[in-house]
Amino acid sequence: MKVRVSYSKLGKIRFTGHRDVARIWERTLRKAEVPVAMSTGFTPRLKMAFGLALPTGAESLVELLDVTLADDVDDLESLVRRLDESLPVGMAVTGIRECGPSEVSLQEDVVATTWVMAIDAADVSGNIDRLNAACEVWVDRERKGESRRDDIRSGILGLRTISTETSELLPPLWLGESSGVLIEATLTTAGRGIRPTELVEALVPGCEPWNHLTRVLRINQMIERDGEHVDVLSARPAHTEVGA
Amino acid sequence: MSSLWSRLEPLLARVRKPARYIGCEDGAASPQHGHGKVAWLLAYPDVYEVGLPNQGLQILYEILNERPDAVAERSYAPWVDLEKLMRERGIPLFSVDTHRSADEFDILAFNLSAELVYTNVLNMVDLAGFPVRADQRRPEHPLVIIGGHAAFNPEPMADFIDCAVLGEGEEVIGEITDVVREWKSSGRTEGSRSAVLRRLAQIPGVYVPSMYDVEYDGDRVVGITPAYPDVPELVTKRTVSDLGQWQYPKRPLAPLTEVVHDRLAVEVFRGCTRGCRFCQAGMITRPVRERPAEQVRTMITEGLKRTGYNEVSLTSLSTADFSGIESVVTSIVPDPTACGAPTVSLPSLRVDAFTVGLAAKVASGRRSGLTFAPEAGTWRLRTVINKLITEDDLYGAVESAFSSGWSRMKLYFLTGLPTETDVDTEGIVDLAAGCVSIGKKHTNRASVTVSVGGFVPKAHTPFQWFGQNGVPELRRKIGLVREAASKAKGVQVKWHDPAATLAEGIASRGDRRVGAVIERVWRAGGTFQEWSEFFDLDRWLDAMAAEGLSVDWYVTRHRDENEVFPWHHLSAGLHHDFLWQDWRSALAEAGLEDCRWTPCYDCGVCTGDGLEHIVASPVAPAGGSQGTGQNLTFGGSVPITLRPKPSLVNHDVVSAGRG
Ligand code: SF4
Repeated sequence: MKVRVSYSKLGKIRFTGHRDVARIWERTLRKAEVPVAMSTGFTPRLKMAFGLALPTGAESLVELLDVTLADDVDDLESLVRRLDESLPVGMAVTGIRECGPSEVSLQEDVVATTWVMAIDAADVSGNIDRLNAACEVWVDRERKGESRRDDIRSGILGLRTISTETSELLPPLWLGESSGVLIEATLTTAGRGIRPTELVEALVPGCEPWNHLTRVLRINQMIERDGEHVDVLSARPAHTEVGA
Repeated sequence: MSSLWSRLEPLLARVRKPARYIGCEDGAASPQHGHGKVAWLLAYPDVYEVGLPNQGLQILYEILNERPDAVAERSYAPWVDLEKLMRERGIPLFSVDTHRSADEFDILAFNLSAELVYTNVLNMVDLAGFPVRADQRRPEHPLVIIGGHAAFNPEPMADFIDCAVLGEGEEVIGEITDVVREWKSSGRTEGSRSAVLRRLAQIPGVYVPSMYDVEYDGDRVVGITPAYPDVPELVTKRTVSDLGQWQYPKRPLAPLTEVVHDRLAVEVFRGCTRGCRFCQAGMITRPVRERPAEQVRTMITEGLKRTGYNEVSLTSLSTADFSGIESVVTSIVPDPTACGAPTVSLPSLRVDAFTVGLAAKVASGRRSGLTFAPEAGTWRLRTVINKLITEDDLYGAVESAFSSGWSRMKLYFLTGLPTETDVDTEGIVDLAAGCVSIGKKHTNRASVTVSVGGFVPKAHTPFQWFGQNGVPELRRKIGLVREAASKAKGVQVKWHDPAATLAEGIASRGDRRVGAVIERVWRAGGTFQEWSEFFDLDRWLDAMAAEGLSVDWYVTRHRDENEVFPWHHLSAGLHHDFLWQDWRSALAEAGLEDCRWTPCYDCGVCTGDGLEHIVASPVAPAGGSQGTGQNLTFGGSVPITLRPKPSLVNHDVVSAGRG
């Protein structure tokens, strides 16, 4: 039996990296005594597959993980409770469902993700308008150690400013703390994908992105079904308070 | 009482490995500071990944946080990138638990495992915003305390610290807390700092350098004497008599990010009496005190459950010597949990077939590499250093390792040892080549890596009289090994930088005058000296020259019987005569047996302290010569007294600690 879990990563723990999160999940599954299937081979590992990596420093309401269980679990509710008790502060399960054995891997299936970003820079909304009106947006970026210049315009699927009131998804932490203009952006993950920091570089040319990106939160991950973008697992607001 | 988090947070996305600074580990305390509580900031002067697994720090953290009158938090050296941003913005050293500024603590306590971290201690004290020199600190500044193995010669740090604690901290931290609590409630008035130090100096095991006068005659130290009549002439280390009474850590820290020893650690015993003469750790942690096997099992089971780790490391100076080793190992390994059976790692493998059998039992999956430490290339030199491993021991171990599926061995050696000749040095490669040819019988992939480190004589060991090899001589010896290895198929060589070995030598047997050198190296930007990318010997040599100190005097000179060592007034419990005699025996190539299973030769630690070895079994553990070269077939007939119930523990402290 395979389950698809979505979880949040909020607060201090956002500074852990993708590999760290994999280790945290390994320990969590053991602590929660979840019967996870093991891979075969020299060094047996827990059978789990992660979705797209979240940049270190970014937060999320919808990180995704597929876990293959050795035994069927009927009561997914109690499984979630056990996981929540074992996860570190700042991480909590936000959704779970059984998924078919033949479902495509998360990495390949997700086509776009939506981000909320707090950007601390001059004239962000003006730049958003200009960017939305432009036909080409070129940025310098790195992939696999090589620097390249790409047009990212077609990968920006949605871009607008928002206010804290209009987004009920924002965790309580954000309301008081985030300085800067809030924007919501839907970015492609297909091909080379677009990172939030690359969008910031497009909005604030020549900048060091993390000097302006005071906070960034992934609120949605989408897959394509019958030509439509649909949520992988619908995001629900994080229900736990996370320590500041 | 505010957290620095909001000021740090915007910086963290801009630095490498920001998870170093967030705390939030499994097992972390949420300490409630408050009136009448002594606040300890337990600091490790290296990066988080290196410092977090430190067991000593974790143990004290927990014991202090259990006390109603103390809180403890942790701090690690910020990496250079964050340090720069902190200094630009005036953000002081902080704790990772609640991100409090260091100046909200009463005690800044450093765990020092080696000498090259000294400059980081100064850097952290400075980053905290306190004067680095102890005599310039005022009543509002915390007390700076050091402990750990390097504190056994604290003299190079004497100008920068308020106290050094010799030996094990479990009991003494309570006694220090009591004194500091009173100081705190008395309002830390002007001039009270020296009064509290005077009181601390009276606690056994606590050394307050400012309470002692050092007398020199030219280069030579001729006397170190207490400045006041109520200050002890000799400060002797603290030793916990029964490890079974200290079941710590109960809440081991499991970090959110990768650290150097990323597994559960359970300490199975302290002390080692194999008597390797180069080994400071062995000498200063005597006698042997084992943890009851039952408690080891409990700590493993509970620790794995609590942390979710599936690997446990059984730690000690020589884990295969633990009486209960087989029963503990067999009871863990076939106990599959929900996610597969835990693996056991045995650091510090002894060199014999028995140990390899044990390692084979616990190794799961791929058998990547096994490490042995014969330390010297010939039997002659091994008798000098008292590492009594015969060639048969080594080859037997290696044979059994290759035949149980391992294909790579790593052998640790020291070079620059007393009496070492080129025959001994080249013998390193002969041994390695012998191992390769055994391996070739089993696998074509057989390879042996030889790791060579330059020997640094340490305080409180029989080799404290020995003149360390200089850089050119160590380079020459490493060259000999490399050249010989280039002709031996399957032997690779790795070596430690002789320049770093020299700097370590300056600090390891230095006196108070070396303090100024450490300060100069730090002021010239020399932090993280254990990291090769930041180490530069010239900084050290320039500083020595600027202070008018001779490298030869401190490092390469042989000492004679009349030498007054800078640690003359500090004792690890070992009789001076015993150490001198053992040094003479070394030069006479005479080995000395392990006193656990043979009669006591009165080194001093047990007799002086009313202690005895606590071993669970009067019979030496099974298997060969145990790497000691002694005949142990009659081991069981040697009378060993098993200590009933130790009475040395200060029960006040224990009960307060558990309250
Ligand atoms: S006093 Fe005797 S028994 Fe104790 S460690 Fe020294 S030699 Fe061994």
